[in-house]
Amino acid sequence: MKLELRSISKTFHTRRGNTYALQEITAEVASGEFVCLLGPSGCGKSTLLNIVAGLERPDAGVVLIDDQPVTGPGRDRVMIFQEAALFPWLNVRDNVTFGLNVAGLPRSEQLAIADRYLERVGLRGFEKAYVYEISGGMKQRVALARALALDPLVLLMDEPFAALDAQTRDLLHTELQDIWLHSGKTIIFVTHNVREALVLGDRVLLMSARPGRIKREFCCQLARPRQIEDHALVDVAREVLADLREEVMAAKQEVGSERLAA
Amino acid sequence: MNGWRLKLLFFVILLVIWEGLARLRLWPAYVFPSPVDVVQSILSGFGDGSYSLAILTSMRRILIGYGLSLGVGIPLGLLLGRIRVVQDTIGTLVLGLQALPSICWLPLALLWFGLSETAILFVVVMGAVLSVTLSTADGVRNTPPLYIRAARTMGARQWHLYSGVILPAALPAILSGMKLGWSFAWRSLMAGELLYVSLGLGQLLTMGRELNDMSQVIATMLMIVAIGLVVDRLVFSPLERHARERWGLSVA
Ligand SMILES: Nc1ncnc2c1ncn2[C@@H]1O[C@H](COP(=O)(O)OP(=O)(O)OP(=O)(O)O)[C@@H](O)[C@H]1O
Ligand SMILES: [Mg+2]
Repeated sequence: MKLELRSISKTFHTRRGNTYALQEITAEVASGEFVCLLGPSGCGKSTLLNIVAGLERPDAGVVLIDDQPVTGPGRDRVMIFQEAALFPWLNVRDNVTFGLNVAGLPRSEQLAIADRYLERVGLRGFEKAYVYEISGGMKQRVALARALALDPLVLLMDEPFAALDAQTRDLLHTELQDIWLHSGKTIIFVTHNVREALVLGDRVLLMSARPGRIKREFCCQLARPRQIEDHALVDVAREVLADLREEVMAAKQEVGSERLAA
Repeated sequence: MNGWRLKLLFFVILLVIWEGLARLRLWPAYVFPSPVDVVQSILSGFGDGSYSLAILTSMRRILIGYGLSLGVGIPLGLLLGRIRVVQDTIGTLVLGLQALPSICWLPLALLWFGLSETAILFVVVMGAVLSVTLSTADGVRNTPPLYIRAARTMGARQWHLYSGVILPAALPAILSGMKLGWSFAWRSLMAGELLYVSLGLGQLLTMGRELNDMSQVIATMLMIVAIGLVVDRLVFSPLERHARERWGLSVA
């Protein structure tokens, strides 16, 4: 599998004016790679991920998967959101089988797969629980199991741990690395947290303030499993952070000038 | 004193006052029957089968009429909620028609369908279908976009999106509409039966009036209230509460 983004641009037109969100984004993601998209708030990370997911169309450019252009959503590219987006009318297990059911798998197979992945994310015994009965961290685990169950080519994660407390987040960082190592999945992970990007990614793509471009690319070859407080990691983080800060300032200025213009 | 005891006490006092007033014989019994008379009317009415027949007839009508309302209202609401053009056209019509008390459809129904069962069913459907439609549309419009995006990224389209996500997401709203629709349907049916149609509880009321049998009138009114309440308390309220809890909405 090879994922290619070819000069993707996107502008949003609203009543209040146009937002130039993405400008000529070009990047490649190899099979089995763990890539993090890092950038200031509002730089277009979610937009880019949505375009890869096929939930949004670019104005120009194309996303290619094995040289086939992406034309819409598909279960080869499953997305995980900041809010777990579980369906509250289904129990945990049925949430996981949702996509398998859409795919038309026989029920017995769906259940077997669901149980396997629920076990994988440490939620055995919670199959029958409903969404309102489980914690935020557990919800994201279910979302992860639900996505993994579809065996997608690429896992798209949009700040999935941003709303969790620090301990839960650290735990999930470790588990996600573990899952990635064992499954060999390709993952694109969006975050605005430098350390999170470095803990998880093989490669970190730093995006500029709006309009989003890929400003720099960092390779992160530190040994796994990484922890957020590893010394080596903190050192690299400092360098990346300097770069990110520039963009955050740029983003702030832009918002400021917009406010002046308004 | 907790809630139900207070209520019980209130109703006991009410009954005692009623019985007391009746015993004073200020008015003739056919104008002001005592509770005992009413209970006797109920017993004899069930004894000779006339009340049971009336209840069964009314229940059959409401079940058919209400069922039709759901069958039309829920799909129509789905379309209204999802398709802009339908909302702007049919949606406006439905909203407008809701201002019309459903019994006003009776003359039209009689002219179209004659003195028939269909006429009364039509009135019942017109009573219930609009609120079911509007609530469903409302629920559909308020489906969190995130659910739809999550489903689409898992490959769901059309059928799976509607039946698996949009419909269940709208279920609490649909249930509210169903509950409202039920009470409208019940009122419409009673009004319709009262005005014209043979058999049924409404007819019992008319008969009671014609026979100067106030006990029967009050007994019938009590049965109408009881059926309305029982269905609401035993069917809709638990369903609604369950759904709101499960869906993570505030339990009102
Ligand atoms: N549907 C939309 N309509 C109009 N503007 C939009 C839409 N979606 C995003 N935007 C705008 O595009 C820009 C990029 O948004 P995006 O959500 O991709 O940013 P982000 O990098 O994910 O930010 P954050 O880190 O805060 O999630 C923002 O300025 C946003 O206001
Ligand atoms: Mg975002």
